[in-house]
Amino acid sequence: MNEVFKLLAEGERLNDRQMAEILGLSVEEVEAQLAALKEKELLLGWIPVLNPEKDDSLAVRAAIEVKITPERDGGFNRLAQRISRFDEVESCYLMSGGYDLLVVVKGASLHKVASFVSERLSTIEGVLSTATHFMLRAYKEQGYLIEQPAEDKARLDVTP
Amino acid sequence: MSEDQNRFIADHVIGLPRSGIRDFFELVAGMKDVISLGIGEPDFTTPWHIREAAIYALEKGRTFYTSNLGLIELRREISSYVGRNFGLEYNPQNEVLVTVGVSEAMDIALRAVLNPGDKVLYQDPCFVSYHPTVMLAHGVGVAIKTDAESAFTLRAEEVKKSWEPGCKVLMINLPCNPTGGVAERKELEEIAKFAVEKDMLVISDEIYAEMTYEGEHVSIGTFPGMRERTIFLHGFSKGWAMTGWRLGYACAPVALTEAMMKVHQYSMMCASIIAQDAGIEALRNGDEAVKKMRQAYQRRRDLVVRRFNEIGIACHKPSATFYAFPNITSTGLDSVTFAKRLLEEESVAMVPGTAFGKYGEGFVRCSFATSYDQLVEACNRIERFVNSCK
Repeated sequence: MNEVFKLLAEGERLNDRQMAEILGLSVEEVEAQLAALKEKELLLGWIPVLNPEKDDSLAVRAAIEVKITPERDGGFNRLAQRISRFDEVESCYLMSGGYDLLVVVKGASLHKVASFVSERLSTIEGVLSTATHFMLRAYKEQGYLIEQPAEDKARLDVTP
Repeated sequence: MSEDQNRFIADHVIGLPRSGIRDFFELVAGMKDVISLGIGEPDFTTPWHIREAAIYALEKGRTFYTSNLGLIELRREISSYVGRNFGLEYNPQNEVLVTVGVSEAMDIALRAVLNPGDKVLYQDPCFVSYHPTVMLAHGVGVAIKTDAESAFTLRAEEVKKSWEPGCKVLMINLPCNPTGGVAERKELEEIAKFAVEKDMLVISDEIYAEMTYEGEHVSIGTFPGMRERTIFLHGFSKGWAMTGWRLGYACAPVALTEAMMKVHQYSMMCASIIAQDAGIEALRNGDEAVKKMRQAYQRRRDLVVRRFNEIGIACHKPSATFYAFPNITSTGLDSVTFAKRLLEEESVAMVPGTAFGKYGEGFVRCSFATSYDQLVEACNRIERFVNSCK
């Protein structure tokens, strides 16, 4: 893994110039390492982490357990990929246990998510059943704590 | 009338110098928007799983004294951790003593072994409390010089040169606060031989061992003839970001542990049980968190050392600790003037090297345990300041 990746993994928001300064590289070298990460598909892209409690576009999110019929060639892949392509689908994972796919769906309203599930998802050939769980409140999103008191990092200015 | 009370104060306390850190702290305290590179502790809060273990301990009502030596479960974890990572074997029943930070461990070790007038060799520059702790134990400190030419490593030649009759104890801090200095294996081996030859006890404070970026950390107690004459000191403050918990420990052969225990039981009784419960969790499940913090420090070190050298304040690359110790003599200023003017003119705080001993003149200590954006900005301000001195 390259230096830029390690720095990104620490989670501070840094632009290319800042990363270059920290790592002692030129901006071009940082860009090249970022490009290499994307090339390898290790870094998929950038999206801001929004607070689901405040962002209206994420008014409703649901985790949907989906059972599907595996196929002779490729098992669950073809159906999982097909389901993943819907814009409503935020993430999609193959799971062990009582169901096959965990699909996280977002929508502007309960009605929109419900109709996505009943009209688009369950009607796909090979989808055997769905169980929809609406998310009620977020406490942590992508590593960020939500509406919890900030840590009181009160270090003294100078200590031995 | 205030000088009236001085007649009550013990001579050796009156003789203690004021900490240079304290002076500097008071200067910084009155200022706004200071970027402080003067903080000798991690900027990470204690990992959550460790804090959670302490909360659980409180919920369970674990609010009582522990054994003077500390909780046996913690001593077992310490024994196993020290064996695994330092190659030193200590019996958790009677060779491990849990203390209120390494500072207490240092104090009781010295008080347990020094008779008035006994001499203690210690490296200079070193942690601010080393020499005063020796003085409080009625000992006499003898400084061993470390310098920038050898990256502040402790060298056998200097130890031998500093030795004089009456030196009973050799007190070392490797890796070292404030210099980041370590000792190469062959040097340490020779120092060990010398300690055996002169029949010295070695007190080895290895609090920064987890913050070793390159090379191996070697404990002096692992060399032949050393276990029986070594008091190994370590704690949780730095590696596990637990400074405020005040938790450390001393490991030593039975007779030495027993002697330290006497001083400890009559002064401190025991370390806080809540901190001890947290310590158990830290040693059982903390390795991953320690590693993550180390990696973050390492990148910050690379940044500040590179920038300092670019700026023209020569700085060796410390292979351990979160301190850089640049040489500021190119500015024509002494340590204290440099630090004061940098604070006044650019609002960046670094501690003058002289706060850590006479051989710290010409240097300042930079703690890089702070965020990237602060470090980048601080370096830019230091650059502006250094240029203005030309």
